[in-house]
Amino acid sequence: MKKSIIVAAVAATGLTAGIANAQTLSQIQERGELNCGVSTGLAGFSAPDANGVWQGFDVDKCRAVAAAILDDPMAVNFVPTTGQTRFSALASGEVDMLARNTTWTFTRDIDLNLTFVGTNYYDGQGFMVPREIGVSSGMELDGATVCIQTGTTTELNLADFFRANGMSYEPVPIETNAEAQQQYLAGACDVYTTDVSGLAATRASFADPGEHVILPEVISKEPLGLVVRDGDKQWEGIVRWTLMALIAAEELGVTSANVAELAEGTDSPEINRLLGAEGDFGAMLGLDSEWAVRAIAAAGNYGEIFAANIGEQTPIGLARGLNAQWTQGGLMYAPPFR
Amino acid sequence: MSTSSDPRTKPAPPKRSFELSMLLYDQRYRSITIQVFFLFLLMLFAAWLVDNTVNNLRALGRDFSFAFLNAPAGYDISQRPIEYNSQMTHGRAALVGLLNTLILAVMACVLATVLGVIAGVLRLSNNWIVGRLMTVYVEVFRNIPTLLWILIFGAIMTEAMPAPSAFRGDTPAASMLFNDSIAITNRGVYVPSILFERDLGSFQLGPVAPSISWVLVILIVAASIWANKKIIDHATRVQNATGIRPKTWWKSILVLLGPLALYFIALGAHLEYPELRGFNFAGGTHLRNSLIAMWLGLGIYTGAFVAENVRSGILAISRGQTEAAFALGLQPGKTMRLVVLPQALRVIIPPLISQYLNITKNTSLGLAVGYMDLRSTLGGITINQTGRELEGMLLMMLIYLAISLIISGAMNVYNSRVTLKER
Repeated sequence: MKKSIIVAAVAATGLTAGIANAQTLSQIQERGELNCGVSTGLAGFSAPDANGVWQGFDVDKCRAVAAAILDDPMAVNFVPTTGQTRFSALASGEVDMLARNTTWTFTRDIDLNLTFVGTNYYDGQGFMVPREIGVSSGMELDGATVCIQTGTTTELNLADFFRANGMSYEPVPIETNAEAQQQYLAGACDVYTTDVSGLAATRASFADPGEHVILPEVISKEPLGLVVRDGDKQWEGIVRWTLMALIAAEELGVTSANVAELAEGTDSPEINRLLGAEGDFGAMLGLDSEWAVRAIAAAGNYGEIFAANIGEQTPIGLARGLNAQWTQGGLMYAPPFR
Repeated sequence: MSTSSDPRTKPAPPKRSFELSMLLYDQRYRSITIQVFFLFLLMLFAAWLVDNTVNNLRALGRDFSFAFLNAPAGYDISQRPIEYNSQMTHGRAALVGLLNTLILAVMACVLATVLGVIAGVLRLSNNWIVGRLMTVYVEVFRNIPTLLWILIFGAIMTEAMPAPSAFRGDTPAASMLFNDSIAITNRGVYVPSILFERDLGSFQLGPVAPSISWVLVILIVAASIWANKKIIDHATRVQNATGIRPKTWWKSILVLLGPLALYFIALGAHLEYPELRGFNFAGGTHLRNSLIAMWLGLGIYTGAFVAENVRSGILAISRGQTEAAFALGLQPGKTMRLVVLPQALRVIIPPLISQYLNITKNTSLGLAVGYMDLRSTLGGITINQTGRELEGMLLMMLIYLAISLIISGAMNVYNSRVTLKER
């Protein structure tokens, strides 16, 4: 009996592991659909709307990649993954890429054999508390009960923060953001901690957002990235440069409104190379020369996607901050298209 | 007429030396041939699976190593039966999870057994209302998945109980029970704990450090129970010899409680009451929501199955036994306790083992309410932080298998003691 269990487990892993090294691009083209791993629901980043259509900042990145490859931003199969299942889903080939709040860390990049193609959003971990308990700083949280999502870098940062400051806390581990929200609102924990963007998105969905404050401490660096498997250079390049095309487009003033017009040819060689009027960058990726035009037309450039989903005009109301273009004092910086 | 046709003098078939074809055509060898052949195929399949896994892991650039168990875990665990902090290793975190699994399993097994025996006996009661009530309990609880019960108990604890802040202020919205000793909050139940003024310290036993004071308590209780059994055995012998049973109740009470009371006084035992301090209650013992939800969910759910086992065991004893006991003048309660249940045990125990195993395995649902058992620590956070799914899962399966085999073995020993002794 003991033997048969081990054999079954080995079989399950053995059979799924075989897919990992195949050519991802040709698989997607054959399938006619991109499998994109997203979160299980985080307003503004990835959540289905009233009609069941996925919307959000992360979702639009998947749509841009799908548009670049398949000429159809809607040809995406969104696979909701939890903090626990995301890497297995990617490693086993269930999804082609992850576009969710996944922090780029050393061990994930090196030891888990994943490739972070670039930073999608610069975030940091923060705390949210109800206004009525009158806490104004993370330093006053000694002895508090803290809700955390398990399987994330969040719980490691939390342990480090409380240890470094000589404070104690009671962790309440929770699997998804929705559950955490319910526990927090029921008062089963004093504090909810996750990335500040996630806190803002969660707070926006509360009945009374004004009753909750996000504390000023940001206790970690959380560069949230797009992730692919190791071992397929071509696919890695497509995802990386689709993201870079969106960032470069904002810098160069290419928007979803004027991209078709600019693609005819402009005076700027950089825009011409980006949009395929000069050079042959598409062919180097295994795509045609119009790939970036379609990616930008799908949901707009990086700035447009930000403004439409999580920007200051939306209920989530995040400022650009670190995520502004490098020319505006932020960290968004695309390498040259050359 | 030849002699060979006479059945009484039929000669033995001629002895043939062994030939290879006999493996297939001789009935004596055929079944062995087939079994060996299939065993060979099975081993070939297993070898292929292992080889395939190893090759695929290599292709992914992954090795197979348990070295991650020695790396610092980095995460905190809420319920810590042994000393643990985030700087200790993943192996230590897995051990904490394992202990949490065992604590929950033992608590749930006890609850399920107590509930099951009571409900099983009462379901056969002649009292219509009591009988029907137990039927409702059994049918409602065993026909709804255990995960839902766990979530329901978790939700009741979280949503319906007052927050610790409700206990604050001059006119608090909630108050503690039993003279300010027990606080039921939406973060768990706080009960007083026993502390010793003259604590005897602790000793190192492998990776854990049990408290000497408490180990002694267990030893004293065990010795008391053993002594009490001797007293009762003696009383039975006297009764068998003289027909008069000597009074033993005062001796039993003295033997059961006396030594423990003396020990507690000697060590200066006192209660530490929970009190509101900062965000939460401090002091006392904190029974977390997750533990309570898992305990009630598993215990009450499995209790319904145990009740059916008990009922089937009782019904398996022929009516004649009860009638004989009544004819001897035994009251119904004593008939059940002295005549029916001892015989019913041999029918009850084997399915009860399965229920205990079910409880132990179902503790792995703990993550649903954030209970940090083996599945949540080693199989959850550790796997996630280190990315060692294969190693972690195999290790976890081995541990669950080992626990289950130990329970099964221990219960089988007990079973062989209660089976009908046939001479």
